[in-house]
Amino acid sequence: MTASVELRGVSMDFEKYRAVDNLSVTIKPGEFFSFLGPSGCGKTTILRMISGFIEPTSGQVLIGEQDMRGFGPNKRPTAMIFQNLALFPLMKVWENISFGLEVRGADKATRRKKADELLELVELSGVAERYPSQLSGGQRQRVAIARALAVEPKVMLLDEPLSALDLKLRQHMRAELRAIQKRTNVTFIYITHDQGEALAMSDRVAVMSRGHIQQIDVPQKIYNEPANGFVAGFVGENNVFDGEISSAKKFKTDVGEFAATLGAGVSRDAKCKLFVRPENTLLVAKPKAGSNSVAARVEDVSFEGNFAVVHLRDKTGRKLSAEVKNDPANLPPAIGTETHVAFSAENARVLLASDAVAYGKA
Amino acid sequence: MQAMLRRYGYGLSGLTVLLTAFWLLMLVILPYLNLFKESFRPYLIAKDIGGSKDIFTFDNYLSILHEPTWTPHEIFGFQFFTPMTIHLQVFLATIAFSCFATFVAIVACYPMAYYMAKILPPKRLSTYLMILIIPLWVSELMRAFAWFILLTYKGPLTVILMDIGVLSDGVRWTWYLWGYSGVVVTLVYVYVLFMLFPIYNSMTSLDMNQVEAARDLGSPSWRTHWRVVLPHCKPGIASGSVMVFMLSAGSLLVPGYLDSPSSQWFTEVIYARMFDQNDWNGGAAYAFLMVFACMIFVTIAMRVFRVGLSDIAK
Repeated sequence: MTASVELRGVSMDFEKYRAVDNLSVTIKPGEFFSFLGPSGCGKTTILRMISGFIEPTSGQVLIGEQDMRGFGPNKRPTAMIFQNLALFPLMKVWENISFGLEVRGADKATRRKKADELLELVELSGVAERYPSQLSGGQRQRVAIARALAVEPKVMLLDEPLSALDLKLRQHMRAELRAIQKRTNVTFIYITHDQGEALAMSDRVAVMSRGHIQQIDVPQKIYNEPANGFVAGFVGENNVFDGEISSAKKFKTDVGEFAATLGAGVSRDAKCKLFVRPENTLLVAKPKAGSNSVAARVEDVSFEGNFAVVHLRDKTGRKLSAEVKNDPANLPPAIGTETHVAFSAENARVLLASDAVAYGKA
Repeated sequence: MQAMLRRYGYGLSGLTVLLTAFWLLMLVILPYLNLFKESFRPYLIAKDIGGSKDIFTFDNYLSILHEPTWTPHEIFGFQFFTPMTIHLQVFLATIAFSCFATFVAIVACYPMAYYMAKILPPKRLSTYLMILIIPLWVSELMRAFAWFILLTYKGPLTVILMDIGVLSDGVRWTWYLWGYSGVVVTLVYVYVLFMLFPIYNSMTSLDMNQVEAARDLGSPSWRTHWRVVLPHCKPGIASGSVMVFMLSAGSLLVPGYLDSPSSQWFTEVIYARMFDQNDWNGGAAYAFLMVFACMIFVTIAMRVFRVGLSDIAK
């Protein structure tokens, strides 16, 4: 059981501001789709519009190609997992899970059986008779997932459900959620501000800012080919250079002119910046003539295990960083070393600065 | 205790403790103990006190059952007889109608508490609270008397209803419910806030995500209330019920004004025994019967709602 979700020109106005502005997106059946963005970007509003807790001011929400206007949250084929899970504390685990069936009038034996099945699906057998308060955070998470799956939704909506867990558990639950989604083939719509979660789990990611989608793509492309400065800055780390396009495929900055790849929508008149990911840089003592490089001094090295981040500062005082692989035979440069940060033209992307990104008329 | 000593020194701390102990012992515990003892002694003329008739006995308590008459009752067309004394009848009616008033208060307060805690914008809450609390500043006597006037035969309520053509003749508003309608209405009005605030309190701690989650799982709103909101408020309802029941059963003023010729409240019986017949022994025995009945009610309420004493005290 799965269904597509389509938002068609959806806007949501609140008393003082517009949370979502004329947004359109189609989510395929059985897809794991994430909305990624900072708080206040409108992603929670989108989720609440799909679930039916709020109706959009204008535009349509379609689930399985059916217009959902006028259908309350209890009439939509969606199930939501809340940020704080919202388990019913006064019901036992199995009653929590089977609440949706109780509502539909199933008898007790059926409900109990279904609850046990679902507990097995989320690998949590044997806790049916306990209360949510007697479970650990990760277990509660699974109960919430089981409760949502119990009503056999076509679309599952997840509102940052992992944010309350500790790091280890969170990473484990990512894989778990992904596995459950593949097993059940339900459309998952996941909202988060954590890029790691979005990139690791999703089939596609929509990066949002101020009520607009900045880019929709598969995780690799979001990371490797960000559409603009906002996406590049929000997803992953970057070395950023101010400057302007000087000639075709050249970008002029205060530390030299670099060969670069031009992103979409950039032009000589628009405000652009040059973005280079730390892992796409090399530290070289003597750069080749004509290649992209910036002279800089090593300020600090932070060892992360499988790699080390070298923090540098160039002559204008700009902070730069470079990632070097952990290699005992080839240690990262010592603090104080004068070196050069070099990068290729393919890895130097000229993108629209995030404050120059268009947000429509509103 | 240590903190108190450090802060106020031995003199002031000692005085506070002493005064509290005096109040508790001399003004609460000892008088009650004395009354309890007296409730087991017969009511005698002065020269017999201390004589051979002055013995401890359960007669005062048992007098509620003395000389029962087989009283006919009719409920929903079924007629049956019970060995009732008038006092026992009044006692049972007092308990029953106090329970009824409590129930009406729950039904009235639950939606109001939900509205106040979860729907009303916080900005408007203080106004709303004021509207509720200001009548509480008026003395209970005045409020009971106001209802007495409202509900009198051909009183304001009747007149207004006659004017708009609902009624054609005067109505004896206090004669319904076996003569207890006026008492119940007024008890609910006078004590309703003692129900509202505990429920409101427990309602504020309800996580609205749970309500939304229930709705999202397809639950219609009545079921969400029955399975999620109401269970959450149980401690508040229990504590409000205990309050309203105790105050209702113990009220002397309200039934004094609003009972009908066919109804009496047990407190009135106690009052009459003590002050009209000067029979303090008998009055004390009846008063303790009342206390025991209330204790049983609280115990039952706690069992039914599955809450502990500490939840109620909150």
